Order: sequence, then structure tokens, then C-alpha cells
Amino acid sequence: MTLGEGHLRRRFATFGWYTTLVALSVVILFPIYMLVLRAISSPIAFINAGQPLRLVDPEWDIFSRAWNDAGLARAMLISVVVTAVIMVGQFLTSVMAAYAFAFLEFPFKRLMFAVVIGTLLLPIEVTLIANVRTIRDLGWLNSVQGLSVPFLATALGIFLIRQGFMAVPRELRDAATLDGFGHLGFMFRVAVPLAKPVIGSFLVISFLSAWNQYVWPRNATDEGAWQTVQIALRTLTTTRVDELNLAFAGAIIAALPLVLLLIFFQRQMVSGLTAGAVKG
Amino acid sequence: MTTTLGGAPDRAPKRTSQKVREGLLGWLFLLPALAVFVAFFYYPLYLLVDMSLHRENRFGIGDPPYVGPSQIVDTLTGSDFIEGLTNSGLYMVYTVPLGLVLGVLLAVAANRRLRGIRVFQTIFSSTVATSVAVASVIFFTLVNPEVGYFKDVSWLSLDNPDWALFSVSLSSVWQNLGLTFIIVLAALQAIPAEMEEASALDGYGPLRHFWQITVPLISPALLFLAVVLVVHALQAYAQIELLTNGGPGTATETLLYKIADPQGIRSIGTKASMSLGLFVLTAVVAAAQYGLLSKRVHYGD
Repeated sequence: MTLGEGHLRRRFATFGWYTTLVALSVVILFPIYMLVLRAISSPIAFINAGQPLRLVDPEWDIFSRAWNDAGLARAMLISVVVTAVIMVGQFLTSVMAAYAFAFLEFPFKRLMFAVVIGTLLLPIEVTLIANVRTIRDLGWLNSVQGLSVPFLATALGIFLIRQGFMAVPRELRDAATLDGFGHLGFMFRVAVPLAKPVIGSFLVISFLSAWNQYVWPRNATDEGAWQTVQIALRTLTTTRVDELNLAFAGAIIAALPLVLLLIFFQRQMVSGLTAGAVKG
Repeated sequence: MTTTLGGAPDRAPKRTSQKVREGLLGWLFLLPALAVFVAFFYYPLYLLVDMSLHRENRFGIGDPPYVGPSQIVDTLTGSDFIEGLTNSGLYMVYTVPLGLVLGVLLAVAANRRLRGIRVFQTIFSSTVATSVAVASVIFFTLVNPEVGYFKDVSWLSLDNPDWALFSVSLSSVWQNLGLTFIIVLAALQAIPAEMEEASALDGYGPLRHFWQITVPLISPALLFLAVVLVVHALQAYAQIELLTNGGPGTATETLLYKIADPQGIRSIGTKASMSLGLFVLTAVVAAAQYGLLSKRVHYGD
């Protein structure tokens, strides 16, 4: 084989890979392109024009209309509050429980660890019917506590953060005791900072699963005012059938926080997803 | 125990009280998580059993009478449950293998030194920015029978009872792509470069290299992904509700759709019994999941 031939072959392979990459990109981007097109185009004009692959009679105010008139602002607020409560709650309960399992000796420790892991058998899909009854009995239907309290602890968080804590050198623990650190001081000034990468990954998972929730908020609310943004999307597709572009614009708005996360925290997002992609 | 304590009379009391304090602290730290687990994970399991042993009357008035396990048996052998089970199973068949193959394809294509490869990697990851509801609205623009772009393509038609579930499942395949891509790419990038050179020296062609070197090395990641995708398939709900409402007829009602029962056509006892069926199914998947999780920890950082 001459040098020229190898060179040619490499250029041919490069061309082939670029073609593959572009083809795959089109498959992934086409649905998103359609969403944007349909959100901005006037719905009736778009259908009448035979669904072309370009904007038809663009209505640029659709995003402000979805935000102001279709209730997206309120729904986004509910989603933000519920997600924040769940993230803070999961962080605190997971760090404390993980600390107990990693650094403390207490009666029934092994049994309690089994109790934590056992919750993996009982995801919200299984307990849905029963938890709806509990929430109703507590008078928590249509409330922030009803939307968030069942998710304030998670086995995955305890498990991941415990792994992070167990990597903290034993000598550090002993040295900290000598310095007169209490357990709380050691937890928040030494253990948590050292376990930052794992905690960061966990918070990404926590954010994604809380923000994307559907089946629980769908069943824990029956009033429009308490809908999270994911549920509001369904309401828009079923109640505003003449203005479906509101729902399409709403989907773009609902995805924005995740797009920002992907842009600014790409590294944490990748490590979070690879650490324990249990829920999407 | 008591003899050792007696053997060190002056140190033992202090140690014991320290031990008691540490034990109390351990329980104190565990308590918040435990309270949530008891109230919203274990107590509901008891409630489910209780609900499925009682049969509510049509109007839900008064205490429902005890009927024993007959309601569970009737429900889990009934055609409604079997249909849900079949649809959930089909959803797995439609989404898991295709998801894995496409994930590997994307990752292999994007794992090379080419100019602008980061752009392609970002595009391939992009679907992780969608929730199930958002992905469903996106596919609404494609497959909705009235306004969808592909409304005239028969094998994508949501009006066709034989193809509707498959059509819905494509939204999940698409939505899962970002996640599968990210995980397979991470696994590919963890393969040491020497492996590449060694197999080239041994005269392996690209296909032989892929099957004999790459696939075995990324198989733990693929196994992990398979479990994740199975879990996602079992959770399929929003895409059904947004795209078909379970129809045509009941052709796209998954197990979870029947349990959540948005039209409110099933009794509490039936839904509770179905939940117990889903619980058994989940237990099998969770066992696999836990096995993988502890294995990852074994090899992990």
C-alpha cells in the first residue's frame, strides 16, 4: 500500500463518519425542530399550508401568551418550589443517614440498612394508590407538602453519599475528634466538602427526577392552580385544542431549566447520570 | 461482655456512655429518612394489601367488607391485568433493545478525534434535557392522528390498535437516547488506549475489534443501561396519557396506566391488587438493579 492510497482511504473514512454523524443528528434534532416550528407557526395556517418544514405566519408572542395567559408562570413556580423542597430535603436526610451508616455504630445498623435498600422495591408507581389515600386523609391534596413530602428521602442518595463518606480517611475522623469537632461540625466542615463530587452527582439526579415527575403530581392534585409544569402540558393539549401552539411553546419553556443545566453543568450532569441513572 | 466490662473498671463506664451516645446519635441522624420510608414506602405496602383484601361497594359508602385474597386472585388472572402486563412487556421489547443498539451506535460514531466532534456529542446528549411529558408533546407534533407530521404513515398511526403502542414507544426510544449515549460514551472512553493499539498490532479489523474487545469491555455499562431502560418501560405513563389516553380502545393501556386509572373506571380493590402485581415485577427488576449497583461500587472509584 502506497502512502497516497492510505491517505485517500483515511479521507474516505472521515467522510463516512461525518455522513453518519450528520444523519444521526438529523434523526435526533428533527423532532425538536418540529416542536419549535409548531410552537411559533400559527396552528391553522400551518396545517392549511400542508405542514411545510418552515415557519408559517409566525406568532412570536406565543411564549409570552403561554407564560401569562395559559398559566405556565404559576405552573413553573409550583415546579420550582416543589423541586427545591425535594432537593433540600433529600440532601439533608441523605447526608445525615449516610453519616450514621458510614461513621457511627448504633443498634440494628445492618437491619436499618436493609430497610433503606428495601425501599428500592417500593417506587412511587407501586405505592401510588395507597399514597394518594394517605395524602387525601392528611388533607394534603393540592399542596406543596403533598407534592414533596413522599420524596424527602431516597435510598439512592443515602447509598451514594455513604460511598463518598467511606472514602474519607479514618485518620481524618480521629484527628477531627481530637480537635474537639462535634459530629455535626465534622459532617458539614469535613465529610460533606470531601464528598462534594458524589453529592454533586446526586443533586443532579435529584433535580432531574423531581423536575420531571409526572405520575405523582398528576394524582396528588386535581386543581389547576397546583399543577406542576409537566402536568400543565397535558392540560394544555387537552383543553386548548384550537391553540395547540400554546402547549408546544409550553414544552419549550418546561425544558429550559434542563437545557440550562446541560449547558452550564455538563460535567456534573454526565457524572450524575453515569453514577446512578435510576430515574429519568 | 460483662466480664470484660468488669475487667477494666475505671474505663468501662465512660466507654459505655460514649457508646450509648453514639447509638442515640446514629438513630437521630437516621430518623428523618426513616420517617419518610415508613410513612410513604412501607406503610403503603400494608395499605395496598389491606385495600386488596376488602371490596369497596359501588358507591364507596361505609366500610368495605373483607373478601380475602379472592379479589387479588381474580384481578391478577383477569384479562384487564393480563392486557396491562402484555403492553408493559411489549413496551420493554420495543424500547430496550432498540435503545441499546442506537445508544452504542451514537457513542461509537461520536467517540473519535474529528474536528467539531463536541458539537455532535452535545446534539447526541440533548434529549436528556426533556422530561417524559416534554418528549410526549414533541412526539405529539409527529404522530398525533389529526395534526401530526406523520399522521398518514400507517405504521406510526395512533389510530391503529396494532401499531399505536409501538408508535408511542418511539417517543421513549428518542427520549432515552441522550442517557444511553452519555453512559456508553463514558464506558468507551474508559477503555485504555493500549487496547486499541494491541488489537491493531494483532491484525484485528474494526469489526472483530468491536465484537471481541469493545463489547466485552463495555458490557457492564450495557447491562446497567438495560436495567435502567426496563425500569423506564415499567414506569411508562405520561407518554400514554398524552399521546393516546390508552386508546384506541384499551390497546395502549400499560400496567401503570391501568393502576393510575385516569378515567376512574376501576375499583380501589382492583387497583390495589394490580399494584401488588406491579410490586412483584418491580422486585425482580430491583434485585437485578441492586446486584449491579453493588458490583459497580466494587469496581468503582
